[in-house]
Amino acid sequence: MAYDLVVIGSGPGGYEGAIRAAQNGLKVAIVERELLGGICLNWGCIPTKALLKSAEVFDKINHLGDYGLTGEKPGFDFEKVVARSRAVAKQLNGGVGYLMKKNKIDVIEGFATLEPGKDAPKVIVKLNKGGEQIVEAKNVMLAVGARAREIPAIGAVSDGDRIWTYRNALSPNRMPKSLVVIGSGAIGIEFASFYRSLGADVTVVEALDRILPVEDKEVSAEAQKAFEKRGFKFRIGAKVTKVEKKGDAVNVSVEVGGKSEVLTAEGCIVAVGIVANTENLGLEKLGVEMDRGHIKNDSHGKTNVKGLFAIGDCAGPPWLAHKASHEAVHAADYMAGRKLSNLNPPIPGCTYATPEVASVGITEQGAKEKGLDVKIGRFPFKANGKAIAAGEPGGFVKVIFDKKTGALLGAHLIGANVTEMVQGFCLAITMEATEEDLQGTVFPHPTMSEAILEASLDADGRMINL
Amino acid sequence: MTDILMPALSPTMEEGILAKWHVKVGDTVSAGDVIAEIETDKATMEVEAVDEGTVEAILIEAGTEGVKVNTPIARLSGGDAAPAPKASPAAAEAPKTTEAAKAEPRQAEQAKAAPVAASAPAAASAGTSSGARVAASPLARRLAEINKLDLKAIPGSGPHGRVIKRDIEAALAGGTGKAAPSAGSSAPAAEPRKVQSLEQLGIPAGSYDLVPLDGMRKVIARRLTDSFRDIPHFPLTVDIELDNLLAARTKINTALESQGVKVSVNDIVIKAVALALKQVPEANASFTPDGIAMHHNADVAMAVAIDGGLITPIIRKAETKSLAQIAKETKDLATRARERKLKPEEFQGGTFSVSNLGMFGIKQFASIINEPQGCILSVGAGEQRPIVKNGQLAVATVMTVTLTCDHRVVDGSIGAKYITVLKGLLEDPIKMLA
Repeated sequence: MAYDLVVIGSGPGGYEGAIRAAQNGLKVAIVERELLGGICLNWGCIPTKALLKSAEVFDKINHLGDYGLTGEKPGFDFEKVVARSRAVAKQLNGGVGYLMKKNKIDVIEGFATLEPGKDAPKVIVKLNKGGEQIVEAKNVMLAVGARAREIPAIGAVSDGDRIWTYRNALSPNRMPKSLVVIGSGAIGIEFASFYRSLGADVTVVEALDRILPVEDKEVSAEAQKAFEKRGFKFRIGAKVTKVEKKGDAVNVSVEVGGKSEVLTAEGCIVAVGIVANTENLGLEKLGVEMDRGHIKNDSHGKTNVKGLFAIGDCAGPPWLAHKASHEAVHAADYMAGRKLSNLNPPIPGCTYATPEVASVGITEQGAKEKGLDVKIGRFPFKANGKAIAAGEPGGFVKVIFDKKTGALLGAHLIGANVTEMVQGFCLAITMEATEEDLQGTVFPHPTMSEAILEASLDADGRMINL
Repeated sequence: MTDILMPALSPTMEEGILAKWHVKVGDTVSAGDVIAEIETDKATMEVEAVDEGTVEAILIEAGTEGVKVNTPIARLSGGDAAPAPKASPAAAEAPKTTEAAKAEPRQAEQAKAAPVAASAPAAASAGTSSGARVAASPLARRLAEINKLDLKAIPGSGPHGRVIKRDIEAALAGGTGKAAPSAGSSAPAAEPRKVQSLEQLGIPAGSYDLVPLDGMRKVIARRLTDSFRDIPHFPLTVDIELDNLLAARTKINTALESQGVKVSVNDIVIKAVALALKQVPEANASFTPDGIAMHHNADVAMAVAIDGGLITPIIRKAETKSLAQIAKETKDLATRARERKLKPEEFQGGTFSVSNLGMFGIKQFASIINEPQGCILSVGAGEQRPIVKNGQLAVATVMTVTLTCDHRVVDGSIGAKYITVLKGLLEDPIKMLA
């Protein structure tokens, strides 16, 4: 049968795009080679949050005395911690299956390749159950995602035993007593935070001059301080020259400031970015235009090939689930001829370590590079009543406004719960708020969100509580 | 359940006054029933129900100004029992009654006013918007303020037509929305300058009644102030002998008697004005920043005094119409104008205006240019006057007319040429047949 849309890949981009297309009255099929929900749900966002919650609770229990509580020294069952994380993923995977059924979306399990077709490329699926199915559709949406980048030249490749990518780190064969994490982006930092909470001796190696390099510099600095306080070790501006398994250990050779050093640990996580899953799809034959390893698309997700859309990780940075969902839903509306939103919302980013980091919009450095005249406000949680009461006084809110127009340009948060707080800034930027709007909004007391108000006031030197 | 939306009476209409409800909560309506009256600057239009059902809620009260097009104004249910009303329609008649009571002094005033056209899109949108909010993002507001743009003049592309940053950027790039005398979105449109209060000027409160400004009054105030202030205008006056015309009119009316049509002097003036415009096309023109628009047709707008103001319905392509046709049209348009039943396209977009105060015995006056038209003709009363003919004193029926010209379009010599041609046609109407 002919479909209006075939989506390839059922991650948060693919499955949400499929649902929106079905809502728009299109006949939709979705092709998945592995598990519905893709990496995000099965091997990424969700199961890591489950692990990190275990770690957070464990940290808290280890500090019972801070809250006037007593108890015996707590412990953990590593297998059960991991099993809980897998169970959470499984539950949500089932949920996506239900959503597909509810929206009458046909799920085709197998690996898709594309061939030139009439209205859109023809999709040939090598079925997991054996055999082949040819799927014809008016539109094809590539939502094939990305995977961990590995660097074979230096041995930074998963061996499934001691050298891990995120996937191994999520279903680990053992709890390593010591760990070298290569890369200090969100993924590296989250795993470092988890394994550190469970007692591993963690060293994070970063090639650039600071950790969490996409974040605002002040946040990077505050994060490094907070992590070091938790016992993290860092090698900043360090070039990894070799990753090598030796017996029960991994040797990671690094060069820092002209000096060589070998870091030895029980395990190593390679978290040095991602590679788009664009191979073996037949893209070359179709002549799909690429851009630095990613599929080139326009603002509606269209590629240069008729009827072919690409969204999410495979179509370029930032490699975030919510960016993929947003693009996919927009593309599904576009192909159905629906009225499109004229908004240009910024994509927020979150790191769910302890402490959490969240940001949206431009950094101070970014503003400087663009030559923008900005005013900046900051407020530390150590002056926030709720944070003190909660025993979470670390971190701050930093907010950046355009000096002339007052436009909210960016917000950078570090501290407890900030990943749940950043949405206020997302909404404000999307609605084109100015400093006046934030300063004039009533924030509930006592909440950590009051730091948003105070930081906004600080941008005009009118902070009240500090 | 169906929402009834505020209708657009014309393509350029953005908001209007919800003048009156004909239904109340709980009423059953069928498709085609008149349920409400909508008023813009110039017209009142009836809103008909499209579906049948029971009025479940009146969402916008009668008398509400500045109701945006497509705003839900009422809710129809599919025949269920009606829940409690959301707003009471009781105030429906209030604004009208005040207006009627104060109509008389205003009519006296209107003789002074010149006709107003509502052809500019801005007039349609700004007329009732005093105090109305323009949907715009906070940043868009700030940018409009900094760049002195009028938010009302900028089309919004955001959710629900909200003006967002990119619309401002587009307006800045395209040069639209500029030159707002007061950039604030809430500034009353009809108040181009600060006026001292009557108290400040020594007229104590309580010594007068205040008639609220309705949409039409605001448009008259704003458009004529703008026109008189901004357009370099000058008057040209001539006397026209009417005896031939009056004789011809008698003959024409006798001929038309069987059809029940009566041609007035004004109808003949309209015909002559149109024919003269064809002979002197330079006078049938509009000034625009991009060039002089030379109109193809003579669409003659005639000022009609109506309750609470005046309106200028248009006789389109008057140069092509017979006197009988013009007479029928002017009668129909004037009648419907007084009932405020004109459609926007019937009073928007004329190329030349005629204002006649002859019936009030006015000898001579100079009207204010009806933008964007290049000229307006003011027609005084026809009366017997002593004239000098061939060196002898004689009596003739004479009417004085004044042509007000927009000097940006019509220079003195062109105006003179036009008024001379017009005089020739009116003094010897048989020329109109040539």
